[in-house]
Amino acid sequence: MEALYPATGARSRSRSGRGSGSAKWRALAAFIAVPVLLPVLVILGSVFVPEGETWTHLLNNVLGEVLLNTLWLVLGVACITALLGTSLAWLTAVTEFPGRSVFSWALMLPIAVPGYVMAFVVIGLLDYAGPLQSMLRDYFGAGAVLPSVRGRAGVIAVMSLVLYPYVFLIARNAFLTQGARALEAGQSLGLSRRQGFFRIALPMARPWIAGGVMLVVMETLADFGTVSVFNYNTFTTAIYEAWFSLFSVKAALQLSSVLMLLVLGTVVIERSLRADAHYTGRGAQNAPRISLKGWIRWAATCFAGAVLLLAFVLPVTQMLIWGWQNFSADFDARYVAFVSHSLLLAIIAALLITTVALLLAYSLRNAPGRFSSMCARLATLGYALPGTVLAVGIFVPLAGLSSVVQGGLDLLFGDGAPTVLLQATLLTMLLAYLVRFLAVAYTPVDSNMQRVTHSVDEASRSLGVSGGRMLKRVHFPMLRGGLLTAMTLVFVDVMKEMPITLMTRPFGWDTLAVRVFELTSEGHWERAALPALAIVLVGLVPIMIMVRRTERAS
Amino acid sequence: MRLEFSQVTAGYGDRDVLRAVSFDLASGLIGCLLGPSGCGKTTVLRCIAGFEPVRDGQIIVDDAVLSGPGFTVAPELRNFGMVFQDHALFPHLTVRENVLFGLHGLPAAKRAARAADVLSAVGLEASADVYPHELSGGQQQRVALARAVAPRPRLLLLDEPFSSLDVDLRLRLSGELRDFFRASGTTALMVTHDQKEAFAIADEVGVLRDGVLEQWDTAFNLYHRPATRFVADFVGRGVFVPGTVRSDSEVEIEIGIVHGKLTRPYTPGSRVDVLLRPDDILHDDSSALTARVADKAFRGADILYTLALPSGAQVFSLVPSHHNHQVGGAIGIRLAADHIVAFDRETESG
Repeated sequence: MEALYPATGARSRSRSGRGSGSAKWRALAAFIAVPVLLPVLVILGSVFVPEGETWTHLLNNVLGEVLLNTLWLVLGVACITALLGTSLAWLTAVTEFPGRSVFSWALMLPIAVPGYVMAFVVIGLLDYAGPLQSMLRDYFGAGAVLPSVRGRAGVIAVMSLVLYPYVFLIARNAFLTQGARALEAGQSLGLSRRQGFFRIALPMARPWIAGGVMLVVMETLADFGTVSVFNYNTFTTAIYEAWFSLFSVKAALQLSSVLMLLVLGTVVIERSLRADAHYTGRGAQNAPRISLKGWIRWAATCFAGAVLLLAFVLPVTQMLIWGWQNFSADFDARYVAFVSHSLLLAIIAALLITTVALLLAYSLRNAPGRFSSMCARLATLGYALPGTVLAVGIFVPLAGLSSVVQGGLDLLFGDGAPTVLLQATLLTMLLAYLVRFLAVAYTPVDSNMQRVTHSVDEASRSLGVSGGRMLKRVHFPMLRGGLLTAMTLVFVDVMKEMPITLMTRPFGWDTLAVRVFELTSEGHWERAALPALAIVLVGLVPIMIMVRRTERAS
Repeated sequence: MRLEFSQVTAGYGDRDVLRAVSFDLASGLIGCLLGPSGCGKTTVLRCIAGFEPVRDGQIIVDDAVLSGPGFTVAPELRNFGMVFQDHALFPHLTVRENVLFGLHGLPAAKRAARAADVLSAVGLEASADVYPHELSGGQQQRVALARAVAPRPRLLLLDEPFSSLDVDLRLRLSGELRDFFRASGTTALMVTHDQKEAFAIADEVGVLRDGVLEQWDTAFNLYHRPATRFVADFVGRGVFVPGTVRSDSEVEIEIGIVHGKLTRPYTPGSRVDVLLRPDDILHDDSSALTARVADKAFRGADILYTLALPSGAQVFSLVPSHHNHQVGGAIGIRLAADHIVAFDRETESG
């Protein structure tokens, strides 16, 4: 999935930027990087002005538990997704077993299920009052009690099931593109196929797998919805708590700064891993697949089937049942309002963010060089920042700006001055979305921009087509695919997004995700199914696009 | 159409890539710029196309100044065709649409007819409706050519048009290209680092070195009458050996006297370096002059011998391949040059 690997930015382009035009493009690139830099600086800056009291309170009451919980969660999810993702990727990329061709794409489907959706379905199913335990009690009496799913193991399991596709996709791609030559060379040097896997294929794919796991770690650190359904306290829930229950901006800032440090550490590791990940082979894999024999082939089918069942089929089926049962009760004018808010927000964000991504790609193209690529790298850093952190990091400076403006207005107009509340408008929310999802839009736009070389421009001009006509006849058609992909991906991500929307939405801007949050925090699992289904349905769109593209490529 | 490239200086940043380069190209001729990479030859092309401004000098076509200091007519107004090194085909358009792209201001029927003409001229009428990525490298190159010539440009510019193709295809296509240009009376200027390509196509060839045009001449003259030591070295194969001028048609070197007309005047007694081409040293078993065979390379019809002279200097000799001598043996040679190419003695002979 393109969106998983944001562009690195730095690359050589044939002609270096010259003249005053390139200065303007460089300024634009810098301007685009500001919204990312702002929250990072505001939040990291708060580390250096520790509010003694707040900090002591956090240290004594919150930090220990939250840190431990977060580390366990990250460790558990990283290990399980690495195992699940790599094994499934190898099975579907290299071997042959019944159902293999279906699993190749179907195992990506769980990425469409947001963690918070999976979480409430699992709890609704397995909780004391849920259908499974009720059924057990009916058969075995009141003494039949399952261990609670609400513990650490439950959260780790749920998040692993929705996040393993990241590792699966990237590792599968690595196995597919590494080609058969290296393995054949290994065999000619006397390695068996099994040894070849452990000594050649796996080490060759390792940078990709590790990169995928780092993305999973980022998603885990950023997750708010899943852990809040489980009442499992991590940094994101603590920030939310400080924000809404304690009304303590200081505490939120302090917590955000610690989380930010964790995230930036992950980013550094991930980016250095990505530098190691070179494509080792070209073209299709020529070697015949390894045909699994005997019971092993059915074991492979069962394994892949079980993962798909747990991560996608069961939760979606359960939601369909719940949605059907509650449809008449919940499908009313309010539901339509949630849908239309979600759609409107997602469309505005998709247009805005894709436009900014396009401008960024153009500024890198027209003014290449170290400065512009540094700006692009900064601007696309936001994909790693958790929504809760971003919400705080954008809200605080905007609130500061508002009070400065307000102060000025008060001086000018006295009591009659209009009230300025920048932080409580759509602006905050859209800015936070922009920071978070710019990388998602930038990657496909930039990869298309690579094709629009300078000699394409020159060819067009030498044929008498320049300026706006060139943009329309050459650039736009060449970029169209990337722009559409970018808009689709942002649209879907905004539909799913929960913490930014929760923390910065103006009054009345409730979306489907917000509705899911409200219903699940009151324990109405069955009623959350309808809005959740809509989110999952939309989330399937980019996966369909991706699957179609891979089919076409192979 | 007449192109005058007059005293042009151009560059990027604080570096001059071209320094006072001048040459003319007359209508219907094919010119070629030859030189090692980084010598500025592509910059010449880009200046003519209008993509780069000139800092000094002028580019004049048919008495109209197109580029001068602080003045550049936009590329889209020049009506020059250009073929790019990477072809730069429009990937979102079919072959036919690529060719149609530059045809403006004509009724649709005429545009379609012109595109069909050009495509059949390059032998691609059958592939008119496929996309460029479905074609081979050689076919893409032809599409690029067809697209560039379709609007009947006054001048066609080609930037290393064959560099992405393999060797066999290169030679075949360069022959086809020459015939195509001759048949259509195209005026063209090509850039390459491959002298075989240049000699196969061009009427006139310029050799560039570090932004300075060393010589603009026919291929024959570049080879036989190089104007500078660099051109002598860069074009063809050859070795410099030290010698002393005896008269305007005799130079004495260590193994005897070379007869032939000196291409540059020297007074008798001047100490010079003489260029010896492989075809200047003939094999002659009856000759009293002998040299030891240091190395040999069988090339089919002939053998290229590397001969060691008594002083240790080495020269080349091209000999029909039935004269098969062993490495280490001695063979008789004769010096025979129509023209003697000599330059001032350098302390270290190249």
